[in-house]
Amino acid sequence: MQKVIRGRAFVLGDNIDTDQIIPAQYLTYNPAIPEEYRMFGKYALAGVPAPQMGLPKGHIPFHTRDEFVSDYQIIVAGKNFGCGSSREHAPVALAAAGIQVIVAEFYARIFYRNCINGAYVMPLETSQRLVDEIVTGDELTIDLEKEILTNHKTNDQWKISGLGEVAEIFEAGGIFNYARQKGMFAG
Amino acid sequence: MAMTLTEKILARAAGKDRVNPNDNIWVNVDVLMTHDVCGPGTIGIFKKNFGGDAAKVWDREKVVIIPDHYIFTKDAMANRNVDVLRQFVKEQNLPYYYDVGTDRYKGVCHIALPEEGHTRPGEVLLGTDSHTCTAGAFGEFATGIGNTDAGFVMGTGKTWLKVPPTMRFIFHGELPPYLMAKDLILAVIGDIGVDGATYRAMEFDGDGVYALNIEERMTLCNMVIEAGGKNGVIAPDQITLDYVNQRNKSKKPYTVFKSDPDAKYIFEKVYDVTKLEPVIAKPHSPDNRAFVSEIKGTKLDRAYIGSCTGGKLTDFRAAAKLLKGKEVRIDTFVVPATTEVARGLETEQIEGQSLKEIFLAAGAKIGDASCAACLGGPADTFGRLNNALKCISTTNRNFPGRMGHKEAQVFLASPLTVAASALTGEISDPRDLLA
Repeated sequence: MQKVIRGRAFVLGDNIDTDQIIPAQYLTYNPAIPEEYRMFGKYALAGVPAPQMGLPKGHIPFHTRDEFVSDYQIIVAGKNFGCGSSREHAPVALAAAGIQVIVAEFYARIFYRNCINGAYVMPLETSQRLVDEIVTGDELTIDLEKEILTNHKTNDQWKISGLGEVAEIFEAGGIFNYARQKGMFAG
Repeated sequence: MAMTLTEKILARAAGKDRVNPNDNIWVNVDVLMTHDVCGPGTIGIFKKNFGGDAAKVWDREKVVIIPDHYIFTKDAMANRNVDVLRQFVKEQNLPYYYDVGTDRYKGVCHIALPEEGHTRPGEVLLGTDSHTCTAGAFGEFATGIGNTDAGFVMGTGKTWLKVPPTMRFIFHGELPPYLMAKDLILAVIGDIGVDGATYRAMEFDGDGVYALNIEERMTLCNMVIEAGGKNGVIAPDQITLDYVNQRNKSKKPYTVFKSDPDAKYIFEKVYDVTKLEPVIAKPHSPDNRAFVSEIKGTKLDRAYIGSCTGGKLTDFRAAAKLLKGKEVRIDTFVVPATTEVARGLETEQIEGQSLKEIFLAAGAKIGDASCAACLGGPADTFGRLNNALKCISTTNRNFPGRMGHKEAQVFLASPLTVAASALTGEISDPRDLLA
């Protein structure tokens, strides 16, 4: 697992539910088929109302250069990120769009579990209201060992929380690899 | 040491004498359910990890597959997904598959599961759908999981869970005729917020709960996920057992658990249901609560009665009571959750008229049993909000875009409030019509 992640921030608000992350009409694609997997990258965040896309200004497109891959690598969000349905297509969509890390105040339970079990995207937490501090497009560095987020635009630094006891599952590449490493099954 | 109902169920599933909140435990799963939206992904992950086409599910009797989301659509990908399920069921020779286009077709999985005898007290039910929590109404632990978790369970019959601390909601009193379980759960979600039960169990108790029929209890448990809850649960009583015994065709034995009187709860709130008014959740969040009386008169474009939350026979009986002999003023869509509910619309009568006749005479459109427009779906989905309409609905979520269009506005309410509003074309209080 990378210990330092650098990328551009895309900022969202509170209660971004899974219907906003990947609207239901796109769930007909099967994420287990590689050619269809990339479609989730294309439609990632397609359900977020335009004024909420890329705070604080809003109306910022998530993709400009590539229709499948976003210009951004880090999502900064508020409370209860990923609430709503259990669709694993939500973390899949963000990962397919090139998002490596989410930094939110806290997550809905199933979304968090899906992020870890599939090792799609790292769900980190912050006790700060970073959506009021970070501007969409800011260049950020996340140091996972020191648990520090640096904003290169402003030189601000914040403490963030790592994955804690589930880091091992993420580092293994998901629950299956983890279970194999632990000798839980031979598959 | 005393335990809650949820702790007791999880202790049994883990083969332990006791568990404590926040313990990480491995549990044996009694039933795994999947559907057409998450089934193909789950099957892909299962095959990838358990030997490709040679992979075998851990127990054929414990896997239930219910296509329900995108059924009556011309969308080729959606139809392909049902084919994936059909092929898998054939390969694995699975007995519990409710295929589209056959007499076995059911509709919405969360209502189909109990109807077909797949819900039993004391068991652990996992499903690839967040509203799997509905089955907590039968005194079991039921929660939604993703494809990877489901693929793992499919091969091993096991999963790891963190034991949730339990919040208890006690309802006292008999529900007045203008209120339904939907009002109660919207009141709870309004009180604790859409994240108020994150990582927690929500147990419902009190004489007000036990006065409800089984479908109304399902409505309570169904929406715990809208507060972030891991599971909702109600200890079984005779009403539960009568329903389960009638449906449990496999005669599989089950265990009835109840919380110990001195069990520890992380939160407790008591409601006097006789003092509550009809509740509504305004756009765009299930916790954006108001009393119907506060926003009465808000103009609407559409009414929708359906889904696992509000598409059961009890829901239609309530709506029909108000719609009988009257005409709706806005487009009104009626979608029975399952084919059994659809048959009920034909057989159940109010003063000599079937519920179906009442809805049709009132000018409502009736669709085929499925999830339909509750979650938008493909563009040709029955009742989908394809424009920025204002809709009042008996469904469960009203985040932006949930029922289709991103700028649509969805108000969540009880079938009584939705029916009352369909008749006037504006948000209306059922008390004004029931008077």
